[in-house]
Amino acid sequence: MRGASRAVEGVRAYGLIAGMWIRSTMAYRASFVLTVVGNLLLTGLDFVTILLMFSQVDALGGWTLPEVALLYGLSVTAFGIAQLAFGSVASLGGRVRDGSFDTLLVRPVPVLAQVAADRFALRRVGRGVQGVVVLGWALVAVEVDWSVGKVLLVPVTVVCGAVIFSALFVAGGAFQFLAQDAAEVQNAFTYGGTTLLQYPPSVFGRDLVRGVTFVLPLAFVNWVPAAHLLGRPYPLGLPEGAAFAGPLVALVCVLPAAAVWRLGLRSYRSTGS
Amino acid sequence: MGSWRVYPAVVVGGFRRYATYRVATAAGVFTNTVFGLILVYTYLALWEARPGLGGYDQAQAVTYVWLGQALFAMLAFQGGGFEVELMERIRTGEIAVDLYRPVDLQLWWLANDVGRAVFQLLGRGVVPFVFGALFFPTALPGEVAVWGAFLLVLMAALVVSFAIRYLFALSAFWLLDGQGVAQALMVTGLFCSGMTLPLNAFPGGLGEVVRVLPWAAQLQVPADVLMGESALWEALVFQGAWAVALLAVGRLVQSAATRRVVVQGG
Repeated sequence: MRGASRAVEGVRAYGLIAGMWIRSTMAYRASFVLTVVGNLLLTGLDFVTILLMFSQVDALGGWTLPEVALLYGLSVTAFGIAQLAFGSVASLGGRVRDGSFDTLLVRPVPVLAQVAADRFALRRVGRGVQGVVVLGWALVAVEVDWSVGKVLLVPVTVVCGAVIFSALFVAGGAFQFLAQDAAEVQNAFTYGGTTLLQYPPSVFGRDLVRGVTFVLPLAFVNWVPAAHLLGRPYPLGLPEGAAFAGPLVALVCVLPAAAVWRLGLRSYRSTGS
Repeated sequence: MGSWRVYPAVVVGGFRRYATYRVATAAGVFTNTVFGLILVYTYLALWEARPGLGGYDQAQAVTYVWLGQALFAMLAFQGGGFEVELMERIRTGEIAVDLYRPVDLQLWWLANDVGRAVFQLLGRGVVPFVFGALFFPTALPGEVAVWGAFLLVLMAALVVSFAIRYLFALSAFWLLDGQGVAQALMVTGLFCSGMTLPLNAFPGGLGEVVRVLPWAAQLQVPADVLMGESALWEALVFQGAWAVALLAVGRLVQSAATRRVVVQGG
């Protein structure tokens, strides 16, 4: 019961802090619109690159453009949601370094909610919007033998993917309690992860695919469910039910991320400045 | 112009300043290596489907990837060099103090950026490049002369990179808020330099345009010199022309900006 009430409290606080930052952003409406457009352009570069590649070839690793677009849409939409909600955790190292993290500890609000909502950047919706547009086009363009299960699989996959990426952001933030200057390491997993998933698993080396399936289960963000939708063989010959394992995998990611976060928080020592 | 001895001192200062952050450097090396790995596999698939794309074979495409990762921090493709600081100084008004100093503003920042770039080439570039060369088939030259030519072209690439970022930074005199400029710098830097796809693999008219823009001088030209796809003199003429033109425009914009400068703050 105590855990549940703390979670409700955390979400409420998150909403209040995020709302405050949105109001502050909206004070400069034109600047906000411009940065959203810039964000759309910047995050769209990845897809432009894929389009340029497909202007030269018909298939990449045996996958056609609509199929790769499906991978891209799922990966970027999930990542966009996670980055909007938890992306601010990545700048935790700065707050530890300059000592302003101490103020978060004395407030009667869960620390994670404060860190995640810190400088809440609404401009980041650009990435998610761009992902949804590509996903929408891909769903129309691919040849899928639609069933109720397959239709339901799409939103479930997006939500689970967002949870998996959010867990990565939180774990990365916890790592910064240990090494404040090493913030860039987590980019390799977050931005690197979403980039990797934009391409079919058949492109990558077997060991790399094994790693992102069994060690860091990114494959469940899109590779496995997309293979199910398209009627393609699963990577690494995973069993048939693996496409629906998303919620379970998401849970398996959240638990260690939460544990690592608590561990990092407990080991925190103020710089004293 | 001030005393000429001051600029080497600024170069050394820039180098030592970045050399202080060892953990951050190691973290950057790790991230560049991971991104290199991801890109290498996608390029291998692309060149398998279309052998000889852009005149490269697979080994050359792989070399291109690791070169891009090695130069990523040095040439600040997505920003993060001196221009962040310069824009902040313009925004806060501290630029007034800089203009009062008996040194040339453009040369001062160039020296500062050269120091940073040399450290980032050594600190962040070498390890991912060696990693790539060890674990993937690459097309690296055996002759020392080619490597010498490559270093020369690299220095020219840095000057062009500086000149582009200097122009972007000066826009802060008019815009003040640097966020949109930083985004524009990032988009053009990543895309037009060929960080996402080699410029010689761009299709049709788009390819012809991006290959003559100044950004081509940063990654495509050094890669072509290293892999023997382009003659040294050809590369240097292209880079030199853009460097001179952009530095000159930078001076013009600078004098226009400083004639109407209104210092912020009180």
